[in-house]
Amino acid sequence: MTKSEAKKVSKYANFWERNKKSQGYLLQKTLMGYGISIVRFILLFGMCFLILQPIFNKISVSFMSEHDLYSPVVINIPEHFTADNYYLAAELMSYKEALKNSLIVSLTIALLQIAMCTLVGYGFARFNFPLKKFWFACVILIILIPPQTISSSLHLHFRFFDVLGIISKVRGETINMTGSKLPYYMMSAGCMGLKNGLYIYMIRQFFRNIPGDLEEAAYVDGCGTLKTFLRIMLPQSKPIVTSCFLFAFVWQWTDGFYSKLFLGNTKLVSTGLARIVDSLAAYMMRILNVKTTISPSYANCILATGTLMIILPLIVIYLFAQRAFVESIASTGIKM
Amino acid sequence: MKKQKNKLAGLQKRKAISGYVFISPFIIGFLVFLVKPMFESLYMSFCKVELGAGIFNKNFTGIANFKYIFTVDADFNRLLVEEFSKMMLYSVAIMVFSFFVSLILNQEFRGRALVRAVFFLPVILASGVILGLEKNNSLMAQIAQTIELNAEGVSITGALESLLRTAGVGVKAYEKVFEVIDNIYDIAIASGIQIIIFLSGLQTISSSMYEAADIEGCTKWESLWKITFPMISSMFLVNWIYTIIDFCMRTDNEIIKKISDTMTMLLDYGTASAMSWVYFVIVIVFVGITSFFISKGVYYYD
Repeated sequence: MTKSEAKKVSKYANFWERNKKSQGYLLQKTLMGYGISIVRFILLFGMCFLILQPIFNKISVSFMSEHDLYSPVVINIPEHFTADNYYLAAELMSYKEALKNSLIVSLTIALLQIAMCTLVGYGFARFNFPLKKFWFACVILIILIPPQTISSSLHLHFRFFDVLGIISKVRGETINMTGSKLPYYMMSAGCMGLKNGLYIYMIRQFFRNIPGDLEEAAYVDGCGTLKTFLRIMLPQSKPIVTSCFLFAFVWQWTDGFYSKLFLGNTKLVSTGLARIVDSLAAYMMRILNVKTTISPSYANCILATGTLMIILPLIVIYLFAQRAFVESIASTGIKM
Repeated sequence: MKKQKNKLAGLQKRKAISGYVFISPFIIGFLVFLVKPMFESLYMSFCKVELGAGIFNKNFTGIANFKYIFTVDADFNRLLVEEFSKMMLYSVAIMVFSFFVSLILNQEFRGRALVRAVFFLPVILASGVILGLEKNNSLMAQIAQTIELNAEGVSITGALESLLRTAGVGVKAYEKVFEVIDNIYDIAIASGIQIIIFLSGLQTISSSMYEAADIEGCTKWESLWKITFPMISSMFLVNWIYTIIDFCMRTDNEIIKKISDTMTMLLDYGTASAMSWVYFVIVIVFVGITSFFISKGVYYYD
């Protein structure tokens, strides 16, 4: 815009005058703009409410006493405010122990998985080797295959665990590894844990987008491949590795499938929550000494409380690392 | 010359070796924990598996298991048809919903980061066990019902529904749409990742294209179909595959539940394997066919 034009605009500073000059176009456009933002606000507010409402509902229910659940007057705000549900849910899930176990398991599993996936992802992104396409197709395959398909034989595989028939020769029988944590760690070390194909894919996409100059310079200076990876590429890949780690942690935290299959004996928050209604029934029977049926409302109230208790750590993580979660997927530029 | 072709020389060879070293964890894991169990479960699906104390026998019985699940088992066929039709309906709905939301979220407005965070929240929270528990929560349903009862007569969707029902045109199709709208919550919580993928696609479209189209007198509606749609069509393929796979692996999927019940409670490994193989093959075939047709329509800019 030149100076004279700018003067012209400022001459008609009044909105209506300017509107007249543009033959009503300005008014129309401004109104349209407001209209769109109002409609957008209503839509987004509604949808955000839709997503958040169950959480709010759970919060309100979790503070209700059993009496409030049946009272037709009480809908959202509890009349008899109580924190008993939290104590009961904590006891039923053995919350402290489960929290500790879950924390340890999720942390170690996520660390192991991401360490392995980073190595593999880097290998796929930066090296050329025969059969590379074939192996990458296998990565896609592990994203596509539902773990349930192989769960039955995996279970048997670890029930009668053997390495090429060596163990049965030495011990005379196979090892029963169900119930121990080791199988799952072994699977994680082999990139076969929960959604590991996805992590490999994301990390590979990230490494592919980094220019290779630095790496070549390192090679020229006599740096080995492993050292180059550790010293030069790994520090650059911090954002994707942290967000994959967060995903691995969170999904492991809530995972029921692998936890049930391999970690059945360890008290975890996810399996504890899945069983909470049954434990409530058992608890009631123990203290009352009669077999009673629990009212569904109360069972669900305890369930809601338990759910809140296990997602609370996740919400805290999400609040701090929201960008890492959202942007990791956006930045990898998934393309086929 | 010929020798060099067969054998990678010097640096190339070293790089190939280190490449294999880097991906070796994956190769070992893939062979030991996926290929072997997969063949084993394929074999088991043709067997009657007997599990005793410390022993298990596999007796080859041919296609008896498959016969059983299709002709004797009371639920499997029904569940398969139900889940499959639900999957198709929901996948389409999720695609439409996430496309729509990502179009809105791509605009500039205040609080965009917050809204984006809210839409992504279900990916974190509604995963694993929580999702399955959410389903049959009658207390929450009760609360929803009370609210609905209190708001009787002011529901816009209800009024629209009855209006369209009495219109009598394409009632069947409307029923499906109503079903989707009634379950909009399920759709909203299942489309977190899809929204982000669409958003990342939308942000790669250069604004100069829209400007050029605008100057040529193209309306917003036209530029949506002529620019936005083709430019992110590859994202549709990615999202479609992701949506279907995600839907098939959710823990609240009835077939998955049935398979794991057959396995852990009835200890009927043969039947469970047969079921999961039938399910897996159907899903893979479906994904293959649909993505073939979608990929025909994908437009690649570069």
